[in-house]
Amino acid sequence: MELDPVFLSRLQFAWVVAWHILLPAFTVGLASFIAVLEGIHLFTGREIYLRISMFWIKIFSVSFGMGVVSGVIMPFQFGTNWSRFSDATADILGPLLAYEGLTAFFLEAAFLGVLLFGRKLVPPWAHFTAALMVAIGTLFSSFWILAANSWMQTPVGYEIVDGRFVPRDWIEIIFNPSFPYRLAHTVTAFYVTTAFAVVAVAAWLLRTGRFVAEARIMMSMTLWLLSVLVPLQVLIGDLHGLNTREHQPAKLAAIEAHWETARGVPLILFAIPDEEAETNHLVVEVPYLGSLILAHSLDAEIKGLKDFPREDRPPVALPFLSFRLMVGIGVLMLAVVVASWWLRYRDRLFDSPWFLRACMVMAPLSFVAVLAGWTTTEVGRQPWTVYGLMRTADSVPPSLTGSEVLVSLLGYMAVYLIIFPAGIMVMAKLVRKGPDSIESDSPIESGRPERPTRVQLHSEGEAP
Amino acid sequence: MNEVLDFVPIWTLILGLGIFFYVLLDGFDLGVGMLHGLAPDTDSRNIIMNSIAPVWDGNETWLVLGGVGLLAAFPLAFAIIIPALYFPILVMLLALVFRGVAFEFRFRDAPHRTFWDHGFCYGSAIATFAQGIMLGAFIQGFDVDGRDFVGSTFDFVTPFSLMTGIALVFGYGLLGAGWLILKTEGGIQAAARRHGKVCLVAVLIAVLIVSAWTPLQHAEIAARWFSWPNIALLAPVPIATALAAFGTWRALSGRSEAGAFIGAAILFTLSYIGIAISLWPMIVPYHYSLWEAASSPRTQAFLLVGTLFLLPVILVYTGWSYWVFRGKVRADIGYH
Repeated sequence: MELDPVFLSRLQFAWVVAWHILLPAFTVGLASFIAVLEGIHLFTGREIYLRISMFWIKIFSVSFGMGVVSGVIMPFQFGTNWSRFSDATADILGPLLAYEGLTAFFLEAAFLGVLLFGRKLVPPWAHFTAALMVAIGTLFSSFWILAANSWMQTPVGYEIVDGRFVPRDWIEIIFNPSFPYRLAHTVTAFYVTTAFAVVAVAAWLLRTGRFVAEARIMMSMTLWLLSVLVPLQVLIGDLHGLNTREHQPAKLAAIEAHWETARGVPLILFAIPDEEAETNHLVVEVPYLGSLILAHSLDAEIKGLKDFPREDRPPVALPFLSFRLMVGIGVLMLAVVVASWWLRYRDRLFDSPWFLRACMVMAPLSFVAVLAGWTTTEVGRQPWTVYGLMRTADSVPPSLTGSEVLVSLLGYMAVYLIIFPAGIMVMAKLVRKGPDSIESDSPIESGRPERPTRVQLHSEGEAP
Repeated sequence: MNEVLDFVPIWTLILGLGIFFYVLLDGFDLGVGMLHGLAPDTDSRNIIMNSIAPVWDGNETWLVLGGVGLLAAFPLAFAIIIPALYFPILVMLLALVFRGVAFEFRFRDAPHRTFWDHGFCYGSAIATFAQGIMLGAFIQGFDVDGRDFVGSTFDFVTPFSLMTGIALVFGYGLLGAGWLILKTEGGIQAAARRHGKVCLVAVLIAVLIVSAWTPLQHAEIAARWFSWPNIALLAPVPIATALAAFGTWRALSGRSEAGAFIGAAILFTLSYIGIAISLWPMIVPYHYSLWEAASSPRTQAFLLVGTLFLLPVILVYTGWSYWVFRGKVRADIGYH
């Protein structure tokens, strides 16, 4: 059997990035949530916020550690499996990735130590600052990595010299056409995912009747946030779609499984796309709705896949189905949020068993939605690594053989299938323990012999 | 485009410093990880692990910076060296996964503590060995055609690279022992002094072998070190190495708590300088110089503007986080 190094490298990249993306999907939002809780505690002195924060910090610490180790793997993938892509695009993507490290990773890492272990070693304001820095770090990271990803989708601001992409205008490169939409859509998705995870934990605590006061605060806070973010995400998603139609028409055609260019196209709710026969089976569709949603006009023209040569078309079934999965989950999220408004109005938010159960189901689904959205956009980018300019097939090192990639892929699979279940188990254990009292909780507090609190040192220093 | 300004020297310096920080900082982390495996009981293992718990993550970040810095400043080197080291990199990354998650899992997943202890210790050792092999393979050079690595998968396995692999295990062990002497007391510190001595002897033997072997393999390197007047100008490097080794031994044997770590750091600095002198100005040894592998001036300039501002800031707040956790670690405060 002939093993294809390109296909296996894609599979390997998909495997390592799919697991990795689950962690930022959780930690970007959680870092902000923790910073908010720490801030409220700092400014109001209410201890319950501290208890909630310390509870989530423990979970954050596990997920962040896993994010770090699975993240370190990512930049090396560019070299081990995509060296020709790296050589061709490094002049543009290299600085974006380097700025991610310089502005985000060091910030997160240095202040994480203080956030996790330094509560008694630094003054409260400094600890709050550490929480804030970690949160800002995760957002900087999202900014740069999505700028790089977006440039691969909608490359601008470059010149081609000797077959390599060379920068012409950095502002154009960073703020490339799909970047603002992708950034907004992804970061909102991360916040929504975290919020549903928090809501699910709160719902579980409420159902088991433990730590009810903490659970109510968590639930109420995050449902307010979701009340804003979920409708906002629908709007951003729509704008992102318009952007895709403009800049990546083949991707849009694949997402919608439209084969023929036409006006007034229907919205295909479900179908089994057949790439060989260039048609769909088992179609369920709503007339005209496609043009209305995709272009905000009943008779707008939507390009079909047959307008593109076969070798330039992305796979159809996968983006088509994963997009529907993402949107379907989004609709459920909206339903949960709307239900929460009604229940809050009726003062039944915390004691409707069906609603609490629904909240618990939404947490895993929101992670599925992140993966589905990511699959849609990345598979939809195929067969290109740099959209329309560099083919995926031309991006791997010539020295790489299929069997080598198979070995490394199996290695990554084996290790991730140990690490991720273990991590989920550890986090589940922390959730079951609940937001314990502060005394019994003791994360590492110090690297020092006695416990000189810096607060005292500070005030002594200020005394004349 | 500004052709007057040559950014290559400054990028060489920045990247050289970045990789050196990685070697030094994650070096002591990984060394501590290996020594963790030699600790006699759970209590001392807790202390050993807690001595690096707040800083390991930042230390490993330098590896990412080294990788993406190479990509951004010298993309051709990245595109040749990384595929050439496919398996050592794979093994290093997977080993780093185990030792990284061990920090959290060890304390929170008590039923499998032994498993994560092993993951921490063997993960550290295997990652170090893989890095040493990469160093050896890098010094030996790769088969290159045009802009691609064209050798085969296991080119990196040579007696020389296996030797540098073992050498780095002892080297990081020495750094780790120095760190533990600094951060611990009593039995753990005494053990670290003993382990440090073994590592120091092994490191010195390895440095001698590498120093003899490298010029033997490449006539140009021999000429660089042994021709007149270079031999006089470069003589301070081996002499300083001998002095640093002597000082480190004294510090390990005496009462000094910081001496061993400082001595080990100086030894690493000198070895690093030695390798740089041998290979200069090559970044893909014997094929491409730093200038030939460099990215466009516009790329280097764009990244330089931010780096010159950010790197000092990073050093300040990283230094602050080390300062917050200064002093000795104790068993009763920390992860339990």
